[in-house]
Amino acid sequence: MSAVPMEHGLLLAGLLFAVGTAGVLVRRNIIFMLMSVEIMLNAAGLAFVVAGSARQQADGQIMFIFILAMAAAEVAVGLALVLQLYHRFNTLDADAADTMRG
Amino acid sequence: MFEFLWLIPALPLVGFVILLLIGPRLCRVRVAIVGVGSVGLSAVAAIITSVEFITSSPPNLAYTQIVRTWMQAGGFAPEIALYLDALSVVMILVVTIVSFLIHLYSAEYMAEEEGYSRFFAYMNLFVGSMLVLVLADDLVFLYLGWEGVGLCSYLLIGFWYKDAANGRAAMKSFIVTRVGDTAMAIGLFFLFTNLGTLQIQELMRLAVEQWPVGSTAAIAAAALLLGGALGKSAQLPLQTWLPDAMAGPTPVSALIHAATMVTAGVYLIARTNVLFTLAPPVQFAVAMIGCATLLIAGFSAMTQFDIKRVLAYSTISQIGYMFLALGVGAWSSAIFHFVTHAFFKALLFLGAGVVIMGLHEERDMFKMGGLRKQLPVTFWTFLVGAASLAALPLVTGGFYSKDAILWHAWLSQKGGLWLGIGGIIGAGVTSIYAFRMVFLTFFGETRTSVTKRPTSIIRLPLIILAILSVIIGFIELPHTLGNVRIFSDFLSTALPATTVTSTTVGSEAIFEILCGAVCLIGVYIAYILFLHRPHCTDELVSHASAATAHRLWFSGWGFDWLYDKFFVRPFVWVARANSSDVIDLIYSGLAGLTQVLHRVLSGTQSGILRRYAMGIAIGAVLAIAIMVFS
Repeated sequence: MSAVPMEHGLLLAGLLFAVGTAGVLVRRNIIFMLMSVEIMLNAAGLAFVVAGSARQQADGQIMFIFILAMAAAEVAVGLALVLQLYHRFNTLDADAADTMRG
Repeated sequence: MFEFLWLIPALPLVGFVILLLIGPRLCRVRVAIVGVGSVGLSAVAAIITSVEFITSSPPNLAYTQIVRTWMQAGGFAPEIALYLDALSVVMILVVTIVSFLIHLYSAEYMAEEEGYSRFFAYMNLFVGSMLVLVLADDLVFLYLGWEGVGLCSYLLIGFWYKDAANGRAAMKSFIVTRVGDTAMAIGLFFLFTNLGTLQIQELMRLAVEQWPVGSTAAIAAAALLLGGALGKSAQLPLQTWLPDAMAGPTPVSALIHAATMVTAGVYLIARTNVLFTLAPPVQFAVAMIGCATLLIAGFSAMTQFDIKRVLAYSTISQIGYMFLALGVGAWSSAIFHFVTHAFFKALLFLGAGVVIMGLHEERDMFKMGGLRKQLPVTFWTFLVGAASLAALPLVTGGFYSKDAILWHAWLSQKGGLWLGIGGIIGAGVTSIYAFRMVFLTFFGETRTSVTKRPTSIIRLPLIILAILSVIIGFIELPHTLGNVRIFSDFLSTALPATTVTSTTVGSEAIFEILCGAVCLIGVYIAYILFLHRPHCTDELVSHASAATAHRLWFSGWGFDWLYDKFFVRPFVWVARANSSDVIDLIYSGLAGLTQVLHRVLSGTQSGILRRYAMGIAIGAVLAIAIMVFS
């Protein structure tokens, strides 16, 4: 099996993470923000898997399973919050929910 | 029986506690039973104790009851102890009996008022504090009663607190007497540091041993105590609070003027007479202050419209007589005048209360008149009181007590011709204003008709006080008239006798005729000016100089104006100027800095989610950068 160099995998993970972060910061639609967070999580997971395969150990893949479980929980809570937001403000714009200022 | 001495001050205090805790929930009858009953029981206890004291005198003619040690701090261990000697027997008798009659009267007089139980609670505390004051064996314990009396006067003068003017009058009385109280407190510190005890009898013994007559220490101690006495007894220069104290209900005025509060100063000086004997200049000052006060207050009383203000100035004037007597060393005469004054002044205030109540809270004497027919009992008892105040010869108690004071002021070793003359002029003025009051209120044409007549509960104290203020005079008669000396003999066990320079029966007789004549002339002048030819007064006042004098006297010789200019206004100015000084700058700067920081930090709390995310991202980048590059 031809090995992909670890640097390539980590670079991809870093890029994915940057894309996710940019999405969270730039997007105003809360669903897209949630999706961007998922991308960031997957970037972290990819980094684990790449590092694990480079060292020929299973730890990286086990960590990824942890991250999957956590992501599932996060999405459940996140979507519930999104629903609440929509109920209260009748919009999905995150900036509209700024009543907790000052 | 002396073991129950502590009950005398304790009973009114218990009444106070009961009324304080459950008073508002009791019905009016029960409040009156507790309030009047506690003082009544205290009066019964005082009478029993006094009878016991007279019939079977305790050893050394004094009885000390130590209840417990109050506190212990090094050598300072003031005791809660009661001391009963002839002087305190007289004081507790007068205080409890007069207070009981005033309480009985107020049960009916205040019946319509809001805060009935509050009123009786304060009154009971007032009487209890006064009894603590007169029975205390220790100056610290005495000071407790002293301050308690001051507190109660504040509470009761401001009883109708919804009117801001009453609150101001209450504060004025509290603050002016506080000036004296501060002097007295310093006096106590001084005595303790110099003599090491505040137990009165021990203190007097040590003072005689350690301080020669006229020594600086004795003068300082006596002067400081005198400061306290001047404040409480409303003497020059601290007399301004008493006329304003009329803002309270009438029974309160009666209590303050007759039985409690203002006589505390007289009692204090009589109790510490040894100190004053050791300090002749201070004792002379007492006589001078008394003489000046009695004249100043007497002239002011002549010009007042408000019947209660006349009585207030007359109290200042009569206490002036007591101070005059104390100053010339006529200790028992001062206390005798206190006794007669307590009866007739309580009587006059209660009578004035009936008039004011009957005329819808009308206090202006020029709007009264002709009440003789409408309020006969009040008229006759008030007449007895006024006659006693004016010292009408032979029949009234006031004559015998005032005559004794004037006689001693003139002829005792420490007295002098001028003091005697001042006192006699004061006596003439007294009879003018006393009968001016009677003529304006009860004679002449009817100007306002009475709407509310007194009930028997209100009449009873008036009648008892009228009888007392007549018969009390006959327990002490001068040499020329039977030479009865029951009172001064009784007090001689507690107070030193007066030394008189020269006395013959003949000169004393002439002196008494002179005093009687002065009084009768005063009554005649009052009759001419205010009843027979009322237009005479208008003519008098139309003169420029007379009008100026009238204005001066009416305003109480401008003392209020003077104090306002010299003390109140500068103090207020300093307070204003001082309210933003350098030290304040530090604290207000600190507060300002906190506020600025608060604004900056609360600006970061924008509520926008993406900014927070940005903050986290930047923070993470920075943290990683530091970790990588350092």
